[in-house]
Amino acid sequence: MNTYEWLQTIIFFVLLLALVKPLGAFMARVFQGEQTFLSPVLTPCESLIYRVCGVNKDEEMGWQRYAGAMLLFNLALFVALFIMLMTQHLLPLNPQKTPPFTWQLALNTAVSFTTNTNWQAYGGEQAASYFTQLAGFAVHNFLSAATGIVIAIAVIRGFVRRKTSLLGNFWVDMTRCTLYVLLPISLILSPALVSQGVIQNFSAYKSVPLVQSTSHEKPKLDEKGSPLKDAKGNPVTQNATPKEVTIPMGPVASQEVIKELGTNGGGFFNANSAHPFENPTPLSNFIEILLILLIPGSLTYTFGVMVGNTRQGWMLLGVMLFILIGAFGILQWAENSGNPLVTKLGVQSINMEGKEVRNGLAGSNLFAVATTGTSCGAVNTMHDSLTPIGGMMPLSLILLGEIIFGGVGSGLYTMLAFAIIAVFVSGLMIGRTPEYLGKKIEVREMWLSILVILTAGVTVLILSGIAMLTPSAVASMANPGAHGLSEVLYAFASMANNNGSAFAGLNANVNFYNLAGSLAMTIGRYIPAIAVLAMAGSLAEKKYVPPSLGTLPTDKAPFALWLMLVILIIGALTFFPALALGPIVEQLMMVGT
Amino acid sequence: MKDIKPAILLFIIFTIICGGIYPAVVTGVAYALFPKQAAGSFITDKNGKEIGSRLIGQPFSDPEYFWPRPSATAEFPYNPLASGGSNAGPTNPDYLKTVAERVKGLRDSGISGPIPAELAQASASGLDPHISPEAAVVQAPRVAKARGMAEADVVKLLNEHTEGPQLGMLGAARVNVLELNLALNGLKAD
Repeated sequence: MNTYEWLQTIIFFVLLLALVKPLGAFMARVFQGEQTFLSPVLTPCESLIYRVCGVNKDEEMGWQRYAGAMLLFNLALFVALFIMLMTQHLLPLNPQKTPPFTWQLALNTAVSFTTNTNWQAYGGEQAASYFTQLAGFAVHNFLSAATGIVIAIAVIRGFVRRKTSLLGNFWVDMTRCTLYVLLPISLILSPALVSQGVIQNFSAYKSVPLVQSTSHEKPKLDEKGSPLKDAKGNPVTQNATPKEVTIPMGPVASQEVIKELGTNGGGFFNANSAHPFENPTPLSNFIEILLILLIPGSLTYTFGVMVGNTRQGWMLLGVMLFILIGAFGILQWAENSGNPLVTKLGVQSINMEGKEVRNGLAGSNLFAVATTGTSCGAVNTMHDSLTPIGGMMPLSLILLGEIIFGGVGSGLYTMLAFAIIAVFVSGLMIGRTPEYLGKKIEVREMWLSILVILTAGVTVLILSGIAMLTPSAVASMANPGAHGLSEVLYAFASMANNNGSAFAGLNANVNFYNLAGSLAMTIGRYIPAIAVLAMAGSLAEKKYVPPSLGTLPTDKAPFALWLMLVILIIGALTFFPALALGPIVEQLMMVGT
Repeated sequence: MKDIKPAILLFIIFTIICGGIYPAVVTGVAYALFPKQAAGSFITDKNGKEIGSRLIGQPFSDPEYFWPRPSATAEFPYNPLASGGSNAGPTNPDYLKTVAERVKGLRDSGISGPIPAELAQASASGLDPHISPEAAVVQAPRVAKARGMAEADVVKLLNEHTEGPQLGMLGAARVNVLELNLALNGLKAD
């Protein structure tokens, strides 16, 4: 790394750490129902919303009702978006006359945005109207993010509360999360992105002349619009020289901020945050990476405040940071070393395929690890074109279960499940009853934790296996051999863990991936979410066990180290065989030839 | 189930707030503070006609222009309606063949030594408006010759269009290819 890259990376992490405490403390106040500096403005809005919806804000819910309300709300989100996608040609704000989605693609997309995955088997500038982007995708970006955050808060309450079955009111938590946390940050940072050149308008797409028109071969179409083929079956082409091009427009900035802040990741354009209209300068890139890590990072502090020991939160953040920085280092090394097969052709040894010049290597790689460590999935780099070991870093961060910061909320609750497993295993080793945060960990908690951490992994392996046996799924691979396997593995890892980024060469808009993917996203989102709420319910009913001499301290460095080992070992045991056949084989082939 | 009513009503209320009011407010603020950027950073000619966006690259292949990065957008290079990268894997034989062809084209145009990576490898968006200063410098002799200019004058113009890392440390140094080429054409007109 050159001096600039060191400097910007260090400043990035210092700034992130500086923001964790104030935002984390603020969120703790918001979810404990305390006064904040925004209360004078927002309390009246809040009360009005409760009155209209018929919500009694003092009525708390047990875990079953909390989970039921969450599922009902998500069902409403899903149904509304599904209908919107199928009827967008009939709805307003569609200056490009964009046609409706097919039902398979609409199903996949509606599930994807409802589950905070934002897997996109379509290109935004060609497939989605402005109405769909605003009333559909943007709204889901807010509400699926809030869903994840409030589940994490309910789980924290499970640890904090004693001898009760109540975890809070889902409607109140959702309302406060959206009004106090997500909307204010989005409102402040959208104009900042516009200042850098992110567009924000409702114009129709614009035509501009090309300074130098260049010719290209274009497939010739018959009257019905399908490509003509000659006697040998090769496509017939004709020479075309476009004199002008059409530049897409749209309300991008308002979407861009919440896309990152809510770790959603669904791009307005096909190229996502690599598109110069979504991410035009190095500063916008810096802000966007910060937004991705901001809430997941700060929630660890919120957790610390709510359980009454902020060191518990810092310890989790330390584990996350350590693994994230490690993955960043390896990715940076791999991409800087470049692709020897390309170097041999006489090109500089640095891999720039699928990267943008303005972001530089560090700005591209930091984005790649941030977006996959969290369940964001926005990209400013095409992960499919990373070097094999480089591409294994984002893939591994996803496969670890989205806990290295993780999705907003979902990262924290999955990490807490790992902490419980770590406490339990160490308890077995030293022969003590395992306790975490003053609660005894018993069989029920263990079962639920295992369900939380293994659901996505098992789903990935089974569905990737089925894909390998399905001819239409194999035909979707863009690259041959080991790299093709990486594409399929990445696709299911991304969907089951609700990330949404892709090795995008894979042609995902086919029935197999649309339908199997919808299943993976649904399982990967809701089974862990319900399991973790059930665990919160059972923890809340337990009494507090004060720490004794035999209690393992979970806020000290040895436990952090142990937790990290548990995470890495579980990840390696589950996925090493698949990784060996994909990226590792490809790396050996690339270096060896 | 008494939670059905709040599920539907809360969803409707937040659709209005997050999908209607919020983007409307952002659009209003954006146009008040940064109207040019909000509209797409368009470059206009003397008559005020929009002739391109400084953020969206254009294809150039004639020797008198600086060449941008290869673009893998569908249909034709730098097609703004089909943003995206090649998604070629590093060991894909077709991809390596494409890179070899690009290297040959660059060698034929007179570039010796290691080829700057971004001139042989396609960008992520397919619309990357920039190349690095190094990738521009190696093209200066060709451009100067094709335009019958002194190479020093081309390099001078090139340096004027080079941006350093933002705020002195963020990102990489870069040259906006469309702006540089328009400036070259502007010299000719004078």
